[in-house]
Amino acid sequence: MQAFIEEYGLLLLGGVGETLFMTLVPTLFAYVLGLPMGVLLTITKPGGIAAAPRFNAVFGWLVNILRSLPFMILMIFIIPLTRFIAGTSIGATAACVPLTIAAAPFVARMVEQSLEEIDRGTVEAARCMGATNWQIVTRVLLVESVPSLLRGLSISTITILGYTAITGAVGAGGLGNIAFRFGYQRYQKDLMYVTVVLLILLVCLIQGVFNLIARRADKRSR
Amino acid sequence: MIEIEHLSKVFQDKNGRVVALEDVSTTIRDGDIFGIIGMSGAGKSTLLRCLCLLETPTEGRILLDGKDLSALRGEELRAARRRMGVVFQGYNLLMQKTVAENVAFPLKLDKYDKAAVAARVTELLELVGLADKAQSYPSQLSGGQKQRVALARALASNPGVLLCDEPTSALDPLTTQSVLELLQSINKKLGVTIVIITHELSVVQRICNRMVVIDESHFVEQGDTAAIFENPQSSIARLLLGKKEG
Ligand SMILES: Nc1ncnc2c1ncn2[C@@H]1O[C@H](COP(=O)(O)OP(=O)(O)O)[C@@H](O)[C@H]1O
Ligand SMILES: [Mg+2]
Repeated sequence: MQAFIEEYGLLLLGGVGETLFMTLVPTLFAYVLGLPMGVLLTITKPGGIAAAPRFNAVFGWLVNILRSLPFMILMIFIIPLTRFIAGTSIGATAACVPLTIAAAPFVARMVEQSLEEIDRGTVEAARCMGATNWQIVTRVLLVESVPSLLRGLSISTITILGYTAITGAVGAGGLGNIAFRFGYQRYQKDLMYVTVVLLILLVCLIQGVFNLIARRADKRSR
Repeated sequence: MIEIEHLSKVFQDKNGRVVALEDVSTTIRDGDIFGIIGMSGAGKSTLLRCLCLLETPTEGRILLDGKDLSALRGEELRAARRRMGVVFQGYNLLMQKTVAENVAFPLKLDKYDKAAVAARVTELLELVGLADKAQSYPSQLSGGQKQRVALARALASNPGVLLCDEPTSALDPLTTQSVLELLQSINKKLGVTIVIITHELSVVQRICNRMVVIDESHFVEQGDTAAIFENPQSSIARLLLGKKEG
């Protein structure tokens, strides 16, 4: 045990750090892209506050296509874009680009789902009070759905964490990379088990923290 | 004054045309407490939704102080909406905001002065008797209290007209009584015209000075409440009043 920690402790710690980096940074950017996309999907729906059924159908279709691309394919496909943004196509920072692109449409659907939960009447009431569409989005939709958005954030983050294992396998570092190099290539089972346990702990931690925040934020359950 | 002229509303849904209102006309005078009574599905909510511009009339028009509401767009439309307060059937409060924030909401949509909003919110909550609940959330309130918050919110921007959809149908008799008294005092003190939609005859009888009876998309009877109660002409009014046919 002592020897194991001495030999691999730093490596694993670095792996956790890189995994967290490759999870949190893309999550942030995926929301920067995905949140407005989700809002757009919601409000342009037939019966929405800015109904545009044709646009909505096309946009929804694009989001679905992007979502259905296997991550591995997407990652290879956008290497030129990754190079352009990150300056390189290898390493943890570069991995953030495909991770963001892959997660954004997923986030868009999560956001859409949260906004759908808001009662139609609440939006109509705001409209009757003379609210503009922008005010309805920023002061009703995005405020009333905060607890649900936070629960969605938890799911999105964990999904992105799962993707990092794939970027890890192709050389971007993190726990996935360690599991791949030592567990798969060198057949060191103990190290692989430890990385699996660490990944599970990370998932539980993320879920626990976000769900706690979501519960605290929800004013309906006091 | 609100003039409803030959108003029709037809919905187009999967199963075809649904006529919710057909050629209805009436006038609601300033200072009235105007009752709209009818059975479920008669078209009451549709009428209210046309009045508060959530639905566009299929035919006919609605004039608010002589101005055709359906001709309004953009900022003019929003201004007209602010001149009417609406209390919805399900209250439609913001669940993630406090009572005070809910009442402040319509005020904050305009360019606003923080101190003035706070003062107005306090005033409104005192009017509806909820000053002590300012920092509570809607989920912590009873039905009657939520109704009062919705009322305070609807009154925030000093509307000339207050539209209420079934304001008492979810309340017990005692709470109903107090909400009706509150509506009456708002009408007297602030001079607000009130339109009440209901299926309860007792509500109309207690506070409305004028009324229409709506049945299957038509106004079958309208006039002074007292006169209609005295001598109902339509069979549906007689039915509602429990008087024998003939
Ligand atoms: N958006 C809509 N689409 C289709 N039909 C509708 C819609 N809204 C109301 N209706 C129909 O119009 C009629 C009147 O409804 P409503 O005005 O809600 O009645 P009330 O409030 O008197 O119970 C009903 O038959 C209802 O099904
Ligand atoms: Mg109704």
